[in-house]
Amino acid sequence: MKIKSLWKPALALLIAIALWELATKLFQIEVWLLPAPSTIAQEMVIVFPAFLPHMLATIKLVLVGFSSAIVLGIIVATLLHIFPTAREIVMPFLIISQNIPTIVLAPLFMIWFGLGDFPKYLIIAMTAFFPITIATLDGFGQTNRDLMHYMQMMGATKKQTFFKLQLPDAVPSIFSGIKIAATYSVMTAVVAEWLGAQKGIGVFMTLSASSYRTSRVFVAIVVTIILSLAFFGLFLALEKWFTRWKRNEGAQ
Amino acid sequence: MTLQIQQLHHSFGEKKILSDVSFTVENGEFVSILGPSGSGKSTLFHLIGGILKPEQGNILLNNRDITNQSGHMSYMPQSPSLFPWRTVLQNAMLGSELAGIADEAKAIDLLQKANLGEMIQAYPSQLSGGMKQRVAFVRALLSPQPLICLDEPFSALDSFTKKEMQQWLLKTWEAYDKSILFITHDIEEALFLSDHVIILSTNPATVKASIKVPFKRPRDEQLFLSEEFLHWKRKVVEALKE
Ligand SMILES: Nc1ncnc2c1ncn2[C@@H]1O[C@H](COP(=O)(O)OP(=O)(O)OP(=O)(O)O)[C@@H](O)[C@H]1O
Ligand SMILES: [Mg+2]
Repeated sequence: MKIKSLWKPALALLIAIALWELATKLFQIEVWLLPAPSTIAQEMVIVFPAFLPHMLATIKLVLVGFSSAIVLGIIVATLLHIFPTAREIVMPFLIISQNIPTIVLAPLFMIWFGLGDFPKYLIIAMTAFFPITIATLDGFGQTNRDLMHYMQMMGATKKQTFFKLQLPDAVPSIFSGIKIAATYSVMTAVVAEWLGAQKGIGVFMTLSASSYRTSRVFVAIVVTIILSLAFFGLFLALEKWFTRWKRNEGAQ
Repeated sequence: MTLQIQQLHHSFGEKKILSDVSFTVENGEFVSILGPSGSGKSTLFHLIGGILKPEQGNILLNNRDITNQSGHMSYMPQSPSLFPWRTVLQNAMLGSELAGIADEAKAIDLLQKANLGEMIQAYPSQLSGGMKQRVAFVRALLSPQPLICLDEPFSALDSFTKKEMQQWLLKTWEAYDKSILFITHDIEEALFLSDHVIILSTNPATVKASIKVPFKRPRDEQLFLSEEFLHWKRKVVEALKE
């Protein structure tokens, strides 16, 4: 692990938080403008029981939306890989769509599908879907040629070649797509909740903001950051496990 | 098993690579194909493996035409081509798995005999070059096909490992009833291993000579030092020069 190399940035972060604390005391900044870190921490402890259901709602949103995106992304990439004509038609749209922030479609989805969970699943899944599909297709497209040659010479069927070679060979690519998508999926969920929901970190945020409870907004921000990192970390760990065959320095 | 290569011709574009190549591999025979780099040896394997279609000529297995059909031979490529996400054991079983007859006990037994017993659960990235080649050969041996084609399997190894591997290969193969077609550009290797050495010329490749090697089996490294070996080596060198 590279824990040792992390102490410098960690120290810098601590100093920044200390300066922030000092500045709010020194310049007597209004708490509704910028609360001190200590105030935010206190608020977090107090508000946590009320906040928890919102947090769980967002976690559920992300988990359901994101796992559908993974499954769909891999299936669609597989289909596009099997049918080259379909791939030729769809690929330009896939690439262009990556440059459109899918969140702009959120209001439309709300109109079409109401304020329930479904339109939000759809938004999260769509945002994550494209990078995962493209990375997976990319992985299928660059199958190791020596291994492919072996499979051909051995007379492997198309199905065997796909499941025994192309799919496992694409796993690192699939994970690179998943990791890109994972970094912003919590954020997407929170923004989607701004547009209307019963529960969720985004709802908690807008409610707190409209009543100028700034420290609560900060609580929501901090939790969103922590969740994003945790989510990314989860897939980092999964990737480590799925690619454990890669040479791990010295070990074993 | 009998493999017959009959008047095979092949070109890439305008360039003629193989011209009128014919030879036969009998049951249980070890046949080497000796030829300079770029002469078309790998191309010949691709034709036998069925992933290329010859311009002319036929490939018969037990008198049945298998031209342009894959899956009739087991194959060991020049690079070990082990699947990095599979353990040694899973790699060894791949060939038989493709044929639908994976037998784990047999694979473990053969890996143990190849001195890889401790590495069964290791991944290819943890193996040395020689170990990888042994796994690749075990994989080829476990595949059910009666003919194994090896494309310069030891050319990337250092000379010590290479000698060791040649002896190991012979010992392992002798316990089996399989025929081997072996590509090499190493004269000593061809003589030490084979019953027949087929010498190819370049541009385009044709069979220059087919030499029957008379050494008795089992063979060991003493053979390399014998007068007889030197005599045959000279013969092959002369045949190559012609
Ligand atoms: N797919 C291909 N398309 C065009 N030319 C090819 C192709 N494959 C091989 N060649 C050419 O055919 C010739 C023979 O190639 P081949 O790989 O069969 O040689 P080789 O005897 O196996 O050589 P080496 O000992 O270096 O492996 C070479 O000149 C090569 O450039
Ligand atoms: Mg070659």
